[in-house]
Amino acid sequence: MTATPSQRDYSLIGRDAKLAVETGLSAAEWYHTDIPRKQMKELMQRSDGPAIRDTAIWLTALILSAAGGAWFWGTWWCVPFFFVYGVLYGSSTDSRWHECGHGTAFRTQWMNDAVYQIACFMIMRNPVTWRWSHTRHHTDTIIVGRDPEISVMRPPDLLRVMLAFVGVLDAWHAMLDMVRNAAGIISPAEKTFIPEQEQPKAIRIARIWTAIYAATIVLALYSGSFLPMMLVGLPRLYGAWHHVMTGLLQHGGLADNVIDHRLNSRTVYMNPVSRFIYWNMNYHVEHHMFPMVPYHALPRLHELIKHDLPAPTPSILAGYREMIPAFLRQLRNEDYFLKRELPPTARPYREEFHNDAVAAAAE
Amino acid sequence: MSDWVEACAAGDIDEEDVMRFDHGGRTFAIYRSPDDDYFATDGLCTHEKVHLADGLVMDDIIECPKHNGRFNYKTGAARGAPVCVNLATYPVKVEAGKVLIQIG
Repeated sequence: MTATPSQRDYSLIGRDAKLAVETGLSAAEWYHTDIPRKQMKELMQRSDGPAIRDTAIWLTALILSAAGGAWFWGTWWCVPFFFVYGVLYGSSTDSRWHECGHGTAFRTQWMNDAVYQIACFMIMRNPVTWRWSHTRHHTDTIIVGRDPEISVMRPPDLLRVMLAFVGVLDAWHAMLDMVRNAAGIISPAEKTFIPEQEQPKAIRIARIWTAIYAATIVLALYSGSFLPMMLVGLPRLYGAWHHVMTGLLQHGGLADNVIDHRLNSRTVYMNPVSRFIYWNMNYHVEHHMFPMVPYHALPRLHELIKHDLPAPTPSILAGYREMIPAFLRQLRNEDYFLKRELPPTARPYREEFHNDAVAAAAE
Repeated sequence: MSDWVEACAAGDIDEEDVMRFDHGGRTFAIYRSPDDDYFATDGLCTHEKVHLADGLVMDDIIECPKHNGRFNYKTGAARGAPVCVNLATYPVKVEAGKVLIQIG
Protein backbone atom coordinates (compact mmCIF):
# COMPACT_ATOMS: atom_id res chain seq x y z
CA MET A 1 0.00 0.00 0.00
CA THR A 2 3.02 2.23 0.07
CA ALA A 3 3.43 4.16 -3.18
CA THR A 4 6.50 5.32 -5.03
CA PRO A 5 9.11 7.36 -3.14
CA SER A 6 7.90 10.85 -2.29
CA GLN A 7 8.97 13.96 -4.14
CA ARG A 8 8.56 15.66 -0.80
CA ASP A 9 11.34 15.64 1.78
CA TYR A 10 9.68 15.61 5.20
CA SER A 11 12.97 15.54 7.12
CA LEU A 12 13.26 18.52 9.47
CA ILE A 13 16.87 18.91 8.41
CA GLY A 14 16.39 18.12 4.73
CA ARG A 15 15.95 19.82 1.36
CA ASP A 16 12.36 21.02 1.80
CA ALA A 17 13.06 22.36 5.27
CA LYS A 18 15.76 24.59 3.82
CA LEU A 19 13.56 25.55 0.89
CA ALA A 20 10.64 26.55 3.13
CA VAL A 21 12.89 28.93 5.04
CA GLU A 22 14.39 30.39 1.85
CA THR A 23 11.00 30.98 0.19
CA GLY A 24 9.37 32.49 3.28
CA LEU A 25 6.85 29.66 3.70
CA SER A 26 8.31 29.09 7.13
CA ALA A 27 7.36 31.52 9.92
CA ALA A 28 5.05 33.31 7.48
CA GLU A 29 2.18 35.60 8.35
CA TRP A 30 -0.98 33.47 8.19
CA TYR A 31 -4.46 34.49 7.20
CA HIS A 32 -6.81 35.56 10.01
CA THR A 33 -10.47 36.43 9.83
CA ASP A 34 -11.02 39.94 11.17
CA ILE A 35 -12.67 39.96 14.59
CA PRO A 36 -13.21 43.15 16.61
CA ARG A 37 -10.86 43.32 19.59
CA LYS A 38 -13.72 43.42 22.09
CA GLN A 39 -15.21 40.17 20.80
CA MET A 40 -11.80 38.54 20.56
CA LYS A 41 -11.09 39.42 24.17
CA GLU A 42 -14.35 37.85 25.25
CA LEU A 43 -13.55 34.68 23.34
CA MET A 44 -10.02 34.47 24.75
CA GLN A 45 -11.15 34.85 28.37
CA ARG A 46 -9.94 32.01 30.58
CA SER A 47 -12.00 30.21 33.16
CA ASP A 48 -11.26 27.25 35.43
CA GLY A 49 -14.88 26.14 35.64
CA PRO A 50 -15.45 24.19 32.40
CA ALA A 51 -12.10 22.38 32.54
CA ILE A 52 -12.47 21.51 36.26
CA ARG A 53 -15.90 20.05 35.49
CA ASP A 54 -14.64 18.11 32.47
CA THR A 55 -11.50 16.91 34.27
CA ALA A 56 -13.54 15.72 37.25
CA ILE A 57 -15.80 13.74 34.89
CA TRP A 58 -12.78 12.40 33.03
CA LEU A 59 -10.84 11.30 36.14
CA THR A 60 -13.95 9.80 37.78
CA ALA A 61 -14.73 7.83 34.62
CA LEU A 62 -11.08 6.72 34.39
CA ILE A 63 -11.05 5.45 37.97
CA LEU A 64 -14.45 3.73 37.75
CA SER A 65 -13.69 2.04 34.43
CA ALA A 66 -10.25 0.92 35.69
CA ALA A 67 -11.83 -0.43 38.87
CA GLY A 68 -14.50 -2.26 36.85
CA GLY A 69 -11.91 -3.70 34.50
CA ALA A 70 -9.79 -4.90 37.41
CA TRP A 71 -12.78 -6.28 39.31
CA PHE A 72 -14.00 -8.32 36.36
CA TRP A 73 -10.50 -9.21 35.14
CA GLY A 74 -10.48 -12.75 33.80
CA THR A 75 -14.10 -12.59 32.63
CA TRP A 76 -15.68 -11.12 29.49
CA TRP A 77 -17.34 -8.51 31.70
CA CYS A 78 -14.06 -6.64 31.86
CA VAL A 79 -14.22 -5.86 28.13
CA PRO A 80 -16.70 -2.93 28.21
CA PHE A 81 -14.84 -1.43 31.16
CA PHE A 82 -11.50 -1.59 29.36
CA PHE A 83 -13.16 -0.28 26.20
CA VAL A 84 -14.13 2.87 28.10
CA TYR A 85 -10.88 3.03 30.06
CA GLY A 86 -8.85 2.62 26.88
CA VAL A 87 -10.51 5.55 25.13
CA LEU A 88 -10.21 7.75 28.21
CA TYR A 89 -6.53 6.80 28.59
CA GLY A 90 -5.37 6.40 25.00
CA SER A 91 -7.53 8.97 23.21
CA SER A 92 -8.95 11.69 25.44
CA THR A 93 -5.41 12.38 26.66
CA ASP A 94 -4.55 13.56 23.14
CA SER A 95 -6.85 16.55 23.51
CA ARG A 96 -5.95 17.12 27.19
CA TRP A 97 -2.28 17.15 26.29
CA HIS A 98 -3.01 19.53 23.48
CA GLU A 99 -5.27 22.03 25.21
CA CYS A 100 -3.27 22.15 28.44
CA GLY A 101 -0.08 22.51 26.41
CA HIS A 102 -1.55 25.67 24.93
CA GLY A 103 -2.34 26.79 28.48
CA THR A 104 -5.92 27.59 27.55
CA ALA A 105 -7.94 24.84 29.26
CA PHE A 106 -7.71 26.33 32.75
CA ARG A 107 -7.13 29.90 33.81
CA THR A 108 -4.89 28.66 36.64
CA GLN A 109 -1.56 27.69 35.17
CA TRP A 110 -0.63 24.92 37.64
CA MET A 111 -3.84 23.13 36.70
CA ASN A 112 -2.86 23.26 33.03
CA ASP A 113 0.59 21.97 33.95
CA ALA A 114 -0.72 19.12 36.13
CA VAL A 115 -3.19 17.78 33.56
CA TYR A 116 -0.57 18.29 30.83
CA GLN A 117 1.95 16.07 32.63
CA ILE A 118 -0.61 13.32 33.32
CA ALA A 119 -1.97 13.38 29.77
CA CYS A 120 1.53 13.39 28.25
CA PHE A 121 2.43 10.25 30.17
CA MET A 122 -0.70 8.44 29.07
CA ILE A 123 -0.46 9.46 25.40
CA MET A 124 3.30 8.73 25.49
CA ARG A 125 4.48 12.14 24.37
CA ASN A 126 7.45 13.64 26.14
CA PRO A 127 6.01 16.87 27.60
CA VAL A 128 9.09 18.89 26.66
CA THR A 129 9.62 17.50 23.16
CA TRP A 130 5.98 17.70 22.23
CA ARG A 131 5.45 21.18 23.61
CA TRP A 132 8.11 22.40 21.22
CA SER A 133 7.02 20.23 18.30
CA HIS A 134 3.51 21.57 18.67
CA THR A 135 4.83 25.12 18.74
CA ARG A 136 6.43 24.40 15.38
CA HIS A 137 3.19 22.81 14.14
CA HIS A 138 1.44 26.13 14.80
CA THR A 139 4.19 28.19 13.22
CA ASP A 140 4.48 26.06 10.09
CA THR A 141 1.27 24.06 9.86
CA ILE A 142 1.64 21.30 7.22
CA ILE A 143 4.70 22.98 5.72
CA VAL A 144 6.78 20.12 4.34
CA GLY A 145 10.14 19.83 6.11
CA ARG A 146 9.11 22.18 8.91
CA ASP A 147 6.05 20.70 10.59
CA PRO A 148 7.03 17.72 12.79
CA GLU A 149 3.37 16.74 13.32
CA ILE A 150 2.23 15.84 9.80
CA SER A 151 0.37 12.62 10.50
CA VAL A 152 -0.15 11.51 6.88
CA MET A 153 2.72 12.35 4.56
CA ARG A 154 2.46 12.10 0.78
CA PRO A 155 2.15 9.67 -0.78
CA PRO A 156 0.25 8.21 2.16
CA ASP A 157 1.56 5.12 3.90
CA LEU A 158 -1.85 3.55 4.44
CA LEU A 159 -0.50 0.59 6.39
CA ARG A 160 1.00 3.01 8.86
CA VAL A 161 -2.29 4.93 9.00
CA MET A 162 -4.23 1.75 9.78
CA LEU A 163 -1.73 0.62 12.42
CA ALA A 164 -2.11 4.01 14.09
CA PHE A 165 -5.68 3.05 15.05
CA VAL A 166 -4.23 0.45 17.40
CA GLY A 167 -1.28 2.62 18.38
CA VAL A 168 1.34 0.02 17.48
CA LEU A 169 3.85 2.14 15.61
CA ASP A 170 3.23 5.27 17.68
CA ALA A 171 3.81 3.42 20.93
CA TRP A 172 6.84 1.62 19.52
CA HIS A 173 8.43 4.89 18.37
CA ALA A 174 7.46 6.59 21.63
CA MET A 175 9.21 3.83 23.58
CA LEU A 176 12.32 4.04 21.41
CA ASP A 177 12.39 7.83 21.81
CA MET A 178 11.87 7.51 25.55
CA VAL A 179 14.74 5.06 25.97
CA ARG A 180 16.98 7.15 23.71
CA ASN A 181 16.16 10.33 25.64
CA ALA A 182 16.60 8.47 28.94
CA ALA A 183 20.09 7.55 27.73
CA GLY A 184 20.75 11.26 27.37
CA ILE A 185 20.50 11.44 23.58
CA ILE A 186 18.54 14.20 21.82
CA SER A 187 18.19 13.48 18.10
CA PRO A 188 19.31 15.96 15.40
CA ALA A 189 15.66 16.50 14.39
CA GLU A 190 14.64 17.20 18.01
CA LYS A 191 17.48 19.68 18.28
CA THR A 192 15.89 21.73 15.48
CA PHE A 193 12.90 22.63 17.64
CA ILE A 194 13.84 22.04 21.30
CA PRO A 195 15.99 24.88 22.70
CA GLU A 196 19.22 23.71 24.26
CA GLN A 197 18.25 24.80 27.77
CA GLU A 198 15.07 22.69 27.57
CA GLN A 199 16.76 19.47 26.46
CA PRO A 200 17.83 18.30 29.96
CA LYS A 201 14.17 18.46 31.02
CA ALA A 202 13.20 16.10 28.19
CA ILE A 203 15.90 13.68 29.36
CA ARG A 204 14.79 13.87 33.02
CA ILE A 205 11.14 13.14 32.13
CA ALA A 206 12.18 10.21 29.91
CA ARG A 207 14.10 8.70 32.82
CA ILE A 208 11.12 9.01 35.17
CA TRP A 209 8.81 7.40 32.62
CA THR A 210 11.25 4.58 31.93
CA ALA A 211 11.28 3.82 35.65
CA ILE A 212 7.44 3.79 35.79
CA TYR A 213 7.13 1.42 32.81
CA ALA A 214 9.87 -0.81 34.20
CA ALA A 215 8.04 -0.97 37.54
CA THR A 216 4.79 -1.85 35.74
CA ILE A 217 6.46 -4.69 33.85
CA VAL A 218 8.13 -5.98 37.01
CA LEU A 219 4.75 -5.90 38.79
CA ALA A 220 3.13 -7.81 35.91
CA LEU A 221 5.88 -10.44 36.00
CA TYR A 222 5.77 -10.69 39.79
CA SER A 223 1.98 -11.07 39.89
CA GLY A 224 1.88 -13.29 36.81
CA SER A 225 -0.85 -11.11 35.34
CA PHE A 226 -1.20 -8.69 32.42
CA LEU A 227 -3.49 -6.54 34.51
CA PRO A 228 -0.87 -3.91 35.51
CA MET A 229 -0.05 -3.42 31.82
CA MET A 230 -3.73 -3.27 30.89
CA LEU A 231 -3.93 -0.30 33.25
CA VAL A 232 -0.60 1.38 32.41
CA GLY A 233 0.83 1.49 28.90
CA LEU A 234 -1.34 -0.88 26.87
CA PRO A 235 -4.40 1.44 26.89
CA ARG A 236 -2.31 3.67 24.60
CA LEU A 237 -2.75 0.86 22.05
CA TYR A 238 -6.22 -0.55 22.58
CA GLY A 239 -7.74 2.89 23.25
CA ALA A 240 -5.98 4.89 20.55
CA TRP A 241 -8.61 4.48 17.85
CA HIS A 242 -10.74 7.48 18.79
CA HIS A 243 -7.96 10.05 18.81
CA VAL A 244 -6.63 8.71 15.51
CA MET A 245 -10.13 8.75 14.01
CA THR A 246 -10.61 12.39 14.95
CA GLY A 247 -6.99 13.45 14.52
CA LEU A 248 -6.65 12.31 10.92
CA LEU A 249 -9.52 14.60 10.01
CA GLN A 250 -7.63 17.68 11.17
CA HIS A 251 -5.56 18.05 8.00
CA GLY A 252 -5.91 14.76 6.07
CA GLY A 253 -6.13 15.06 2.29
CA LEU A 254 -5.98 18.87 2.34
CA ALA A 255 -3.38 21.23 0.90
CA ASP A 256 0.20 21.43 2.14
CA ASN A 257 2.64 24.34 1.89
CA VAL A 258 -0.02 27.04 2.21
CA ILE A 259 -0.32 29.82 4.78
CA ASP A 260 -4.09 29.90 5.16
CA HIS A 261 -5.62 27.48 7.67
CA ARG A 262 -8.84 27.48 5.66
CA LEU A 263 -6.95 25.51 3.02
CA ASN A 264 -5.12 22.95 5.14
CA SER A 265 -7.38 22.33 8.14
CA ARG A 266 -10.83 20.84 8.52
CA THR A 267 -13.71 21.72 10.83
CA VAL A 268 -16.02 18.74 11.39
CA TYR A 269 -19.34 18.64 13.20
CA MET A 270 -19.27 15.77 15.71
CA ASN A 271 -21.46 14.08 18.28
CA PRO A 272 -21.27 15.31 21.90
CA VAL A 273 -19.40 12.24 23.19
CA SER A 274 -16.62 12.64 20.63
CA ARG A 275 -16.51 16.36 21.33
CA PHE A 276 -16.04 15.63 25.04
CA ILE A 277 -13.24 13.17 24.31
CA TYR A 278 -11.75 15.54 21.74
CA TRP A 279 -12.34 18.76 23.69
CA ASN A 280 -13.87 20.52 20.68
CA MET A 281 -10.77 20.20 18.49
CA ASN A 282 -13.20 19.33 15.70
CA TYR A 283 -13.30 23.12 15.25
CA HIS A 284 -9.83 22.84 13.85
CA VAL A 285 -9.70 25.73 11.42
CA GLU A 286 -10.85 27.99 14.22
CA HIS A 287 -8.28 26.56 16.65
CA HIS A 288 -5.39 27.10 14.26
CA MET A 289 -6.48 30.57 13.31
CA PHE A 290 -6.93 31.62 16.94
CA PRO A 291 -5.04 29.26 19.29
CA MET A 292 -5.69 31.62 22.20
CA VAL A 293 -9.36 30.68 22.31
CA PRO A 294 -10.11 27.95 24.91
CA TYR A 295 -11.79 24.75 23.79
CA HIS A 296 -15.08 25.63 25.45
CA ALA A 297 -15.32 28.88 23.44
CA LEU A 298 -14.61 27.31 20.05
CA PRO A 299 -18.29 26.73 19.17
CA ARG A 300 -18.91 30.46 19.74
CA LEU A 301 -15.88 31.36 17.65
CA HIS A 302 -17.12 29.05 14.91
CA GLU A 303 -20.50 30.83 14.81
CA LEU A 304 -18.75 34.18 14.62
CA ILE A 305 -16.41 33.43 11.70
CA LYS A 306 -18.06 30.65 9.73
CA HIS A 307 -19.08 33.15 7.02
CA ASP A 308 -15.37 33.37 6.20
CA LEU A 309 -14.57 29.65 6.28
CA PRO A 310 -15.20 26.69 3.99
CA ALA A 311 -18.39 24.83 4.83
CA PRO A 312 -17.72 22.52 7.79
CA THR A 313 -17.69 18.80 7.14
CA PRO A 314 -21.07 17.60 8.45
CA SER A 315 -19.89 14.43 10.24
CA ILE A 316 -16.96 12.13 10.96
CA LEU A 317 -18.29 9.75 8.33
CA ALA A 318 -18.51 12.52 5.74
CA GLY A 319 -14.92 13.45 6.57
CA TYR A 320 -13.73 9.92 5.84
CA ARG A 321 -15.81 9.77 2.68
CA GLU A 322 -13.81 12.65 1.25
CA MET A 323 -10.49 11.86 2.87
CA ILE A 324 -10.04 8.17 1.99
CA PRO A 325 -10.51 8.69 -1.78
CA ALA A 326 -8.06 11.60 -1.54
CA PHE A 327 -5.47 9.36 0.14
CA LEU A 328 -5.98 6.74 -2.57
CA ARG A 329 -5.51 9.31 -5.33
CA GLN A 330 -2.38 10.59 -3.61
CA LEU A 331 -0.90 7.10 -4.01
CA ARG A 332 -0.89 7.72 -7.76
CA ASN A 333 -0.35 11.47 -7.69
CA GLU A 334 1.05 12.87 -4.48
CA ASP A 335 0.28 16.44 -5.57
CA TYR A 336 -3.44 15.75 -5.43
CA PHE A 337 -5.34 17.42 -2.60
CA LEU A 338 -8.86 18.45 -1.65
CA LYS A 339 -9.37 22.05 -2.65
CA ARG A 340 -11.54 23.99 -0.24
CA GLU A 341 -14.36 26.16 -1.54
CA LEU A 342 -15.12 29.39 0.26
CA PRO A 343 -18.60 30.85 0.73
CA PRO A 344 -19.35 34.07 -1.21
CA THR A 345 -19.09 36.03 2.04
CA ALA A 346 -15.46 35.00 2.64
CA ARG A 347 -12.35 37.03 1.97
CA PRO A 348 -10.48 35.27 -0.84
CA TYR A 349 -7.45 33.08 -0.52
CA ARG A 350 -4.10 34.27 -1.67
CA GLU A 351 -4.46 32.54 -5.01
CA GLU A 352 -0.77 31.94 -5.47
CA PHE A 353 -1.23 29.12 -2.94
CA HIS A 354 -3.93 27.54 -5.05
CA ASN A 355 -2.26 28.30 -8.32
CA ASP A 356 -3.24 26.73 -11.61
CA ALA A 357 -0.53 24.11 -11.71
CA VAL A 358 -1.24 22.80 -8.26
CA ALA A 359 -5.01 23.13 -8.56
CA ALA A 360 -4.88 21.11 -11.77
CA ALA A 361 -3.67 18.19 -9.72
CA ALA A 362 -6.84 18.42 -7.70
CA GLU A 363 -9.11 18.11 -10.71
CA MET B 1 19.16 61.48 26.74
CA SER B 2 15.99 59.38 26.37
CA ASP B 3 12.81 61.01 25.16
CA TRP B 4 9.33 60.74 26.57
CA VAL B 5 6.96 60.02 23.72
CA GLU B 6 3.19 60.34 23.77
CA ALA B 7 1.75 56.92 22.99
CA CYS B 8 -2.02 57.32 23.41
CA ALA B 9 -4.73 58.74 25.60
CA ALA B 10 -5.13 56.95 28.92
CA GLY B 11 -8.69 56.05 28.04
CA ASP B 12 -7.71 54.44 24.75
CA ILE B 13 -6.82 51.20 26.54
CA ASP B 14 -9.39 49.22 28.49
CA GLU B 15 -8.50 47.94 31.94
CA GLU B 16 -6.58 44.65 31.77
CA ASP B 17 -5.81 45.15 28.12
CA VAL B 18 -3.02 46.04 25.72
CA MET B 19 -2.55 48.30 22.72
CA ARG B 20 0.01 48.50 19.95
CA PHE B 21 2.10 51.66 19.52
CA ASP B 22 4.51 52.18 16.63
CA HIS B 23 7.17 54.86 16.78
CA GLY B 24 10.42 55.51 14.93
CA GLY B 25 10.29 52.24 13.04
CA ARG B 26 9.81 50.27 16.25
CA THR B 27 6.74 48.67 17.74
CA PHE B 28 5.72 48.68 21.40
CA ALA B 29 2.93 47.28 23.53
CA ILE B 30 1.24 49.55 26.08
CA TYR B 31 -0.63 47.85 28.94
CA ARG B 32 -3.25 48.97 31.40
CA SER B 33 -3.30 46.71 34.45
CA PRO B 34 -6.37 45.74 36.48
CA ASP B 35 -5.09 48.24 39.09
CA ASP B 36 -5.22 51.00 36.48
CA ASP B 37 -1.45 51.31 36.15
CA TYR B 38 0.27 51.60 32.77
CA PHE B 39 3.28 49.66 31.48
CA ALA B 40 5.18 49.35 28.22
CA THR B 41 7.26 46.61 26.60
CA ASP B 42 8.64 45.80 23.20
CA GLY B 43 5.72 45.02 20.96
CA LEU B 44 6.93 41.76 19.48
CA CYS B 45 7.17 38.40 21.21
CA THR B 46 10.81 37.36 21.69
CA HIS B 47 9.94 33.89 20.41
CA GLU B 48 8.67 34.49 16.89
CA LYS B 49 8.13 38.24 16.48
CA VAL B 50 4.35 38.20 16.77
CA HIS B 51 2.55 41.38 17.90
CA LEU B 52 1.71 41.01 21.58
CA ALA B 53 -1.05 43.60 21.25
CA ASP B 54 -3.22 40.86 19.73
CA GLY B 55 -2.71 38.75 22.84
CA LEU B 56 -4.51 38.36 26.14
CA VAL B 57 -3.78 40.29 29.35
CA MET B 58 -4.50 38.38 32.55
CA ASP B 59 -3.50 40.09 35.79
CA ASP B 60 0.18 40.93 35.22
CA ILE B 61 0.66 38.48 32.33
CA ILE B 62 0.57 39.08 28.58
CA GLU B 63 0.04 35.93 26.55
CA CYS B 64 1.25 35.84 22.96
CA PRO B 65 -1.55 35.13 20.45
CA LYS B 66 0.49 32.71 18.34
CA HIS B 67 1.98 30.15 20.71
CA ASN B 68 0.60 31.23 24.08
CA GLY B 69 4.02 32.19 25.41
CA ARG B 70 3.69 34.27 28.57
CA PHE B 71 5.52 37.30 29.92
CA ASN B 72 5.10 39.41 33.03
CA TYR B 73 4.54 42.74 31.30
CA LYS B 74 5.54 44.67 34.44
CA THR B 75 9.04 43.18 34.53
CA GLY B 76 9.37 41.70 31.03
CA ALA B 77 10.20 38.29 32.54
CA ALA B 78 9.52 35.27 30.33
CA ARG B 79 7.18 32.90 32.15
CA GLY B 80 7.70 29.59 30.41
CA ALA B 81 7.80 27.79 27.10
CA PRO B 82 7.86 28.61 24.32
CA VAL B 83 9.30 31.95 25.37
CA CYS B 84 12.78 31.86 26.85
CA VAL B 85 14.02 35.44 26.33
CA ASN B 86 12.70 38.34 28.43
CA LEU B 87 10.93 41.33 26.93
CA ALA B 88 12.45 44.80 27.14
CA THR B 89 10.36 47.15 29.29
CA TYR B 90 10.13 50.95 29.19
CA PRO B 91 9.23 53.56 31.82
CA VAL B 92 5.70 54.91 31.53
CA LYS B 93 3.94 57.93 33.03
CA VAL B 94 0.49 59.44 32.64
CA GLU B 95 0.24 63.19 32.35
CA ALA B 96 -2.84 65.22 31.53
CA GLY B 97 -4.65 62.10 30.40
CA LYS B 98 -1.86 61.06 28.04
CA VAL B 99 0.27 57.93 28.31
CA LEU B 100 3.97 58.70 27.76
CA ILE B 101 6.72 56.14 27.38
CA GLN B 102 10.43 56.72 27.65
CA ILE B 103 12.15 55.20 24.67
CA GLY B 104 15.86 54.67 25.02
